[in-house]
Amino acid sequence: MADRKKKFLQGNEACVEGALYAGCKFFAGYPITPSTEVAEGLSVRLPKIGGKFIQMEDEIGGIAAAIGGSLAGLKSMTATSGPGFSLKQECLGYACLAEIPLVIVNVMRGGPSTGYPTGPSQSDIMQAKWGTHGDHPAISVTPAYVQEILTETVRAFNLAERFRTPVVVLYDEIVGHMREPITIPAPGDLEIIDRMRPDCKPEDYLPYDDKYEVAPLAPFGAGYRFHVTGLNHKQDGFPTNDSKQIGANNERIMAKIENHKEEIWKNDELMLDDAEVAVFTIGSTARSARFAVLEARKAGIKAGLIRPLTIWPFPDKAVRELAKRVKAIIVPELNLGQMILEVERVSGATCEVVGVNRVDGEPITPMQILDAIKKYK
Amino acid sequence: MSVPAEKKEKVSVPFDYNKYLRPNKLPHIWCPGCGHGIVLKAMLRAIDKTGFDKNDICVISGIGCSSRTPGYVDFNTMHTLHGRALSFATGVKFANPKLKVIVVTGDGDALAIGGNHFIHTCRRNIDLTVLVFTNATYGMTGGQYSPTTPMGSQATTSRYGSIEPPFDACEMAKASGASFVARGTAYHTLELEKTIHEAIMHKGTSVVDIIDACPTYFGRANKFKSATHMMEVIEKDNTVNVKQADKLPPEKLEGKFLRGVLHKIEKPEYCEQYESIVMEKAKAK
Amino acid sequence: MADAAKKLPNIVINEKFCKGCSICVDFCPTDVLEMKGTCVAVKNLEACTRCQLCDLRCPDFAIQVFG
Repeated sequence: MADRKKKFLQGNEACVEGALYAGCKFFAGYPITPSTEVAEGLSVRLPKIGGKFIQMEDEIGGIAAAIGGSLAGLKSMTATSGPGFSLKQECLGYACLAEIPLVIVNVMRGGPSTGYPTGPSQSDIMQAKWGTHGDHPAISVTPAYVQEILTETVRAFNLAERFRTPVVVLYDEIVGHMREPITIPAPGDLEIIDRMRPDCKPEDYLPYDDKYEVAPLAPFGAGYRFHVTGLNHKQDGFPTNDSKQIGANNERIMAKIENHKEEIWKNDELMLDDAEVAVFTIGSTARSARFAVLEARKAGIKAGLIRPLTIWPFPDKAVRELAKRVKAIIVPELNLGQMILEVERVSGATCEVVGVNRVDGEPITPMQILDAIKKYK
Repeated sequence: MSVPAEKKEKVSVPFDYNKYLRPNKLPHIWCPGCGHGIVLKAMLRAIDKTGFDKNDICVISGIGCSSRTPGYVDFNTMHTLHGRALSFATGVKFANPKLKVIVVTGDGDALAIGGNHFIHTCRRNIDLTVLVFTNATYGMTGGQYSPTTPMGSQATTSRYGSIEPPFDACEMAKASGASFVARGTAYHTLELEKTIHEAIMHKGTSVVDIIDACPTYFGRANKFKSATHMMEVIEKDNTVNVKQADKLPPEKLEGKFLRGVLHKIEKPEYCEQYESIVMEKAKAK
Repeated sequence: MADAAKKLPNIVINEKFCKGCSICVDFCPTDVLEMKGTCVAVKNLEACTRCQLCDLRCPDFAIQVFG
């Protein structure tokens, strides 16, 4: 029987377990509350398995080194929070355009600016999509439980490697610092995806070959001498001013995610089938929402919960279908209204969309959500 | 045994740069008389001397005129973000220490926007070779003053003369902990080739500050007649080889930059230090 | 006799690469080269000593001395 260890871990520690399970061999980062335990954990664990851990001089250095590590062939990760996530944005865009797999963990804390370092928030949701300049694809996963931080970190690595793109693991401080008993999966329990490597002759290699949606990526030093740049480039990786090629490449890197949304989306649902009022939320707020939905049912209200584990690309199909059959969608979030904009966009005028918001560094309580649900009795 | 006279005659066998240049990428984007091309050639000759396999060499740059270098050379190459080349390079080297990583950067890239990465790379003493193309100008954006622009100089953002004291990249590298620090110029191209070769062969962070000319912006703004004029004044007359410096009276050295290897010490290298921890942990298992 | 037998070097100029900076002309110790419009040209091949300074200081990979 496979050996599955039970552990009592903090969310950030589960992230470390997930990264190692996924095959992460390179971490570069910078200390920042409330994500530092991810770096601390990997600084202990990576040297033991021949992996690389480096604390860089700043947040930008952290993500830049992680991109370098990935290009040298190792599964790479960096972790940060709020202000650090802002600093990493330029490099995040670089990884999008240069198509370099990378996992970025953002343990969300109160903002704006230095904000409330030890307080939770969910106010980087839009930043995870729109934070870096220019049009670009975005994938973000949003775990709500400690066990899920492990499995979603594994999924983030899989998506990054599968699509040659940066993937953001987005969870709030509450989930990051909460302790729960979890099971460490045995080898083989979870699928592990590695990036496609080229098998062509080096002289035929095109790092951005458009005959693939996601071209194979050679590690530096393997005999494929190619060029990587943050400039708009051709299939061979060299910069170009040719509008046709610039347009085609920008559209391709967007399409490689858009065309595979079904594969990237993942929703957890609770009692949605006959629901008349649905709650749409993520992270710690989803934990409160679950309680609120169960209480509402006890009170005879047909409430349900949809909890996306992929917030980007936005689960528009599920929300659109849901909007057609419920009276209202309630969107609790630890910000002043970010996800709700997407829910409104997707649902159109088919149902009411109501926000429940909080930015005082305290969690949204089940009662706050229940009060919102009760209006649709 | 006597050698026939005609065989004594000097024969010129020029260096075959095509061995290391990517086909169809030249002519390069640099302006007429820009020193970057001269430095690039010295770098290629130095790399040739090392005998390293092209597959094992990475050339990584930031943003700016000098940072266009990787696009022309047939190695594993990466053109990164403004100021960040050293961090990307640290990642590549640390992930695969077998690779020989050369960072090509400008003075603005390395010392202004990338200043923090520069000092910490030196502090770690990770085995990278950093070639700083110092032309005292932001050329790509049209000739603004840079962190090495001499005081009083004209630039498109210092129309009344620069009032900022310049950095000395070598002093900064040495103070930050780099174990090899040197300076060269485009004018002294054979000496530069030798210096870059020594820098690449050195284990640890090796920094070579390379003074070259931007005739288009710095030159025109500061009344230099030509690229040649700049090379004579800035690179030849304003520098002294460190080996000759001892013999010269102090007044002859005033305001002059020293060329050659200025600092070379043995010091633990970052990747090797890390590897020793990994080995220890493996033994403990 | 020796002069007549002297083998001359072959200075190869890539006119497509030359940007006309005149660094090679200015630094040639024996005045072998000249500018013709915006491109370098050989003026006095006999004077060439094969020192290769033109090649070494050419920023544009535009001139090499063979033979």
